[in-house]
Amino acid sequence: GNGPEDQPELTEDELNEEITRILTANNPHAPQNIARYSFKERSYKPISVVDQMAVLFVLESSLLHEDSDEARRLRVKQGLLKEDGGDVEEAGEEDRPDSSASKADKKEPKLTNQFNFSERASQTLNNPQMERICQTEPPPRNNFSATANQWEIYDAYFQELQKQEKNKEKQKGTQAKKDNDKSKKKVVLTETQTDDLSKVSDASKIFERMVNQNTLDDIAQDFKYFEDASDEFRDQEGTLLPLWKFQFDKSRRLTVTALCWNNKYQDLFAVGMGSYDFRRQGQGMLLFYSMKNSAYPEYIYPTTSGVQCLDIHQQHSHLVAVGFYDGCVAVYSLKQEGQEPVYKSTAKTGKHTDPVWQVCWQNDDMDNNHNFYSVSSDSRVVCWTLVKNELIFTDTIRLSVNGALSNGPEGGHLPTGGTSFDFHNQIDYLFLVGTEKGKIHKCSKTYSSRFLETYDAHTMAVDAVKWNPFHPKVFISCSFDWTVKIWDHTINTPMFTFDLNAAVGDVAWSPYSSTVFAAVTTDGKVHVFDLSINKYEAICQQSVVAKKKTKLTHIEFNPIYPIIIVGDDRGCVTSLKLSPNLRKKPKSKKGQELPKGPEAEVAKMEKLLSLLREPEQSAV
Amino acid sequence: MAGTGEGKKEEADYKRLHSFPLIRHTDMPEEMRVETMELCVTACEKFATNNESAAKMIKESMDKKFGSSWHVVIGEGFGFEVTHEVKNLLYMFFGGSLAVCVWKCS
Repeated sequence: GNGPEDQPELTEDELNEEITRILTANNPHAPQNIARYSFKERSYKPISVVDQMAVLFVLESSLLHEDSDEARRLRVKQGLLKEDGGDVEEAGEEDRPDSSASKADKKEPKLTNQFNFSERASQTLNNPQMERICQTEPPPRNNFSATANQWEIYDAYFQELQKQEKNKEKQKGTQAKKDNDKSKKKVVLTETQTDDLSKVSDASKIFERMVNQNTLDDIAQDFKYFEDASDEFRDQEGTLLPLWKFQFDKSRRLTVTALCWNNKYQDLFAVGMGSYDFRRQGQGMLLFYSMKNSAYPEYIYPTTSGVQCLDIHQQHSHLVAVGFYDGCVAVYSLKQEGQEPVYKSTAKTGKHTDPVWQVCWQNDDMDNNHNFYSVSSDSRVVCWTLVKNELIFTDTIRLSVNGALSNGPEGGHLPTGGTSFDFHNQIDYLFLVGTEKGKIHKCSKTYSSRFLETYDAHTMAVDAVKWNPFHPKVFISCSFDWTVKIWDHTINTPMFTFDLNAAVGDVAWSPYSSTVFAAVTTDGKVHVFDLSINKYEAICQQSVVAKKKTKLTHIEFNPIYPIIIVGDDRGCVTSLKLSPNLRKKPKSKKGQELPKGPEAEVAKMEKLLSLLREPEQSAV
Repeated sequence: MAGTGEGKKEEADYKRLHSFPLIRHTDMPEEMRVETMELCVTACEKFATNNESAAKMIKESMDKKFGSSWHVVIGEGFGFEVTHEVKNLLYMFFGGSLAVCVWKCS
């Protein structure tokens, strides 16, 4: 019953039978007939000794005897036991690094959490190595050879002594003169000193320019190379890119009243500083700036009265005519040192009694004297001639409401002040005068008694009147009555009238196209027109002032570069670059129009005018 | 006898007159030249009887003042041909009988 099912049932005798079993060290399952190849004898050999061990069960122990070597070693490893020297030796060579590590640990035990501790190593990028070698030039060397011996030394001393004696004799001879010389020497010394200073000033001037060009390098690059790429995608309109700003600390409170480029040095221009507000008249200033140095003026001339207008002579570019608020006119020469004008009109020599609004150089007269004209609110147009060191005046015309009158009785004629004028560039005697009443008179230098023509141009004072540089019949005028008008001088109604929505301060024809002109308004905007592109609206209308209330007063085109300068009533002059659309060549027909530039320009203008004239004539 | 007396007097005169330093050849800049000359005079007066020490003193001072590799020759009679760095050579006579040559070449 309790045994397994297949257990044979034995009888008592069988159970009591003794069965002898002998345990031997032999494995009964071990094969007895293993043959292995013997390399020694080069044949298979039966192997007599067979491994008799059979492994039935293996269990690695987890316990150690406390006193055993291994247990001690383990304790050392875990830092539980203070090892003694003997232990380290017993630990054997392979354990040495560990034991030394444990030595270090002893001082500052650091127990790491074995469950969440991991070691991580990373290698940073090694910077690439570079080799740099340079070789300098060896310091220059020279050969020198000589022989030193007693007679050479003696000769040398002897010669030297002779020389000294000669010098002594000379000195004695010149002793008498010496006293005089001394004073002279001093003079020479001071002279050389000033020379040195001026040398330094030249160098420092160059340096100043270099520094300025370095700091404003991007502007210089823009000036030279930048072309507004977006112009291609705009149909007709263009933009103005602000370049340098010219500002001078001492003229911050003055208004820019005049601008003029120098014809010879195209980077140089003159700025007249004064005020248009008659209640705030004071000192003025005449400044010359170069585009190469926007930080500081090239020349500075402080004036006792506000500068109202100026003009640089076309050929003699050092001569600058200036008109003042107090009615004086003066001529400054840039060649002359000092800050006083070379010529100045006085009360004796026929100075104006009211502000001078415009001056303009003329060609030299028959005696080769330089001369210029001026126009003033006192209704006179005066020709000034530079004779030796005097300014000689000739009244050319007296303006009145009804007609011109020169030097004659003034009965019945109300004088009216002139505010602007311009001389025809081809017909020498012909000139235009704009007046305070808004009229423009066409006059002749030779007939002073009457006007050739009077145009009812504006309702307020005429700020500027200018002949077209190409077309001999066309001139432009602008006024504070918000309008710019273009005229054919043979017709006394305007050909074009543009309303700019603000008082117009100044207008200027471009030097490169007969149909392009620009105007500045008191709301701080520059308006650029090209009549050949758009007869009704400006192709560029851009505000260029930093502060809202700043008024623009004057504008000039550079004769060569595609830039304009505009002056404002805070004494600041801004230069602006015209984008490509604002200076399009008339037509792209090559070989036909480009060589005959001026005539093409005249034709272009004529075409525009004829469009306007014909319907008029047919109507008449 | 008188001749010898005169001779002695001449010699004394010669010694007196010819004691100043006389620069025979130099390409040094002014400031350096003056300094070097003064140094040579000092050294030759200090070691009037021992040219070697004088040369040593000059060489060492020059090395300190103007950078290394200076060479100095002092003697009553010698010939030489040297290569020197430009603007670093001074050849002078001193004391009526000494020639001093100072140059730099590294």
